[in-house]
Amino acid sequence: MFRNQYDTDVTTWSPAGRLFQVEYAMEAVKQGSAAIGLRSKTHIVLGCVNKANSELSSHQKKIFKVDDHIGVAIAGLTADGRVLSRYMRNECINYSFTYESPLPVGRLVVQLADKAQVCTQRSWKRPYGVGLLVAGLDESGAHLYYNCPSGNYFEYQAFAIGSRSQAAKTYLERRFENFSDSSRDDLVKDALMAIRETLQGETLKSSICTVAVVGVGEPFHILEQETVQQMIDAFEIVGEQEGPAAEPDAAAAAGQEAAAADQGGSTEEGVAPMDI
Amino acid sequence: MTKQQANWSPYDNNGGSCVAIAGADYCVIAADTRMSTGYNILTREYSKICKLADKCVMASSGFQADVKALQKQLAARHLIYQHQHNKQMSCPAMAQLLSNTLYYKRFFPYYSFNVLGGLDNEGKGCVFTYDAVGSYEKVGYSSQGSGSTLITPFLDNQLKSPSPLLLPAQDAVTPLGEAEAIDLIKTVFASASERDIYTGDKIEIVVVNADGIRREYMELRKD
Repeated sequence: MFRNQYDTDVTTWSPAGRLFQVEYAMEAVKQGSAAIGLRSKTHIVLGCVNKANSELSSHQKKIFKVDDHIGVAIAGLTADGRVLSRYMRNECINYSFTYESPLPVGRLVVQLADKAQVCTQRSWKRPYGVGLLVAGLDESGAHLYYNCPSGNYFEYQAFAIGSRSQAAKTYLERRFENFSDSSRDDLVKDALMAIRETLQGETLKSSICTVAVVGVGEPFHILEQETVQQMIDAFEIVGEQEGPAAEPDAAAAAGQEAAAADQGGSTEEGVAPMDI
Repeated sequence: MTKQQANWSPYDNNGGSCVAIAGADYCVIAADTRMSTGYNILTREYSKICKLADKCVMASSGFQADVKALQKQLAARHLIYQHQHNKQMSCPAMAQLLSNTLYYKRFFPYYSFNVLGGLDNEGKGCVFTYDAVGSYEKVGYSSQGSGSTLITPFLDNQLKSPSPLLLPAQDAVTPLGEAEAIDLIKTVFASASERDIYTGDKIEIVVVNADGIRREYMELRKD
């Protein structure tokens, strides 16, 4: 996209009927590191790539537990994602308090979408620069939604967002018809394969990805690094070639830090201290 | 011209008694399961005990509608805490939260007489006792509710540590073992239900220790 005279304010239409600021916000999502989601009839798996800025820092948290039955993976401005997760958690708690039952996923994504829409129609605001993959289980089954900065939301069988997500999407498009009846473990395997696609040849290790599952009888939780590594090894999904020596080492070093902090923290939200 | 009085009260007392005893590495919290109104029994099987966190359990007697509202408030606040801090609330932290929550409604109180029991950060038993507006204190044992006037003197006789003025300072936590503490609870409730009409039916006993939380029941007089 090129700069033009209609892209200064979110409240300015272009003659072609476009809101450029909203479209730029969607670009921000494409720049973030990849996040993928896929679902069967009974389970939903979310996965994301965790790339630390440097060897010295921990990676950013991109998957958040919203409630026992809902979780979210984000791509884009992670600060915006954190704020929206806090909003979602609050909504779930308030609904549970009033109705003594879990908030239906479809309701939550509509509220989220409406919240995003407000920011596209106020001159003193800017759109949220984050795309959210909302995974949730309710009475009507397993759901995976994608919430856009534009305020739109769509339901998916499987989806990928963020940088190099097209590779993952291609993989998912080939396989999605089987997902409905997949077992939980097969679903996780497919998620890891999809993540591998976005790595473009780099070795898939549990230190550079995060996987979370929610399903019938299984509250939303992030899988432990060791579990993920075992699954990677078991399914023999290692990248074809080693990436450049610096990158995996940096990721691995950051992963060790995160792993050390993980052991101290709870299994549900393995977060390194710097991420809070 | 006499002052106009209200002809209804927002409160009711559903009766019942609660007890908690702290040990070196455990805590026992117990309450009867009778819920009454006036001279009538509403149900013989109502739980007055609520698990607030992994190592923190609360028993409350008084107006059960207020108790239920209070329990829901605390549960919601605990969820928020877990999201923000990535861990469960400790018993002393929950104790302070309960106090603040009660005082928040200082001018339209929760008609709820609470005892909070659990393990502190070091795994030692702790009991906190409250009044309706949040005044609280860490103690070695406590009792609240309609039977408390019958139960407390007996617990004092069995468990009370020597004067707090004695030096060196004595820990109020009882040296009794877990099984003996549970036995004491059963004795105490059996006695209270003899004379207190609002206490009876069944005792629900919750034990918090390093292995987790377990529950047992004991039958009491039904009259």
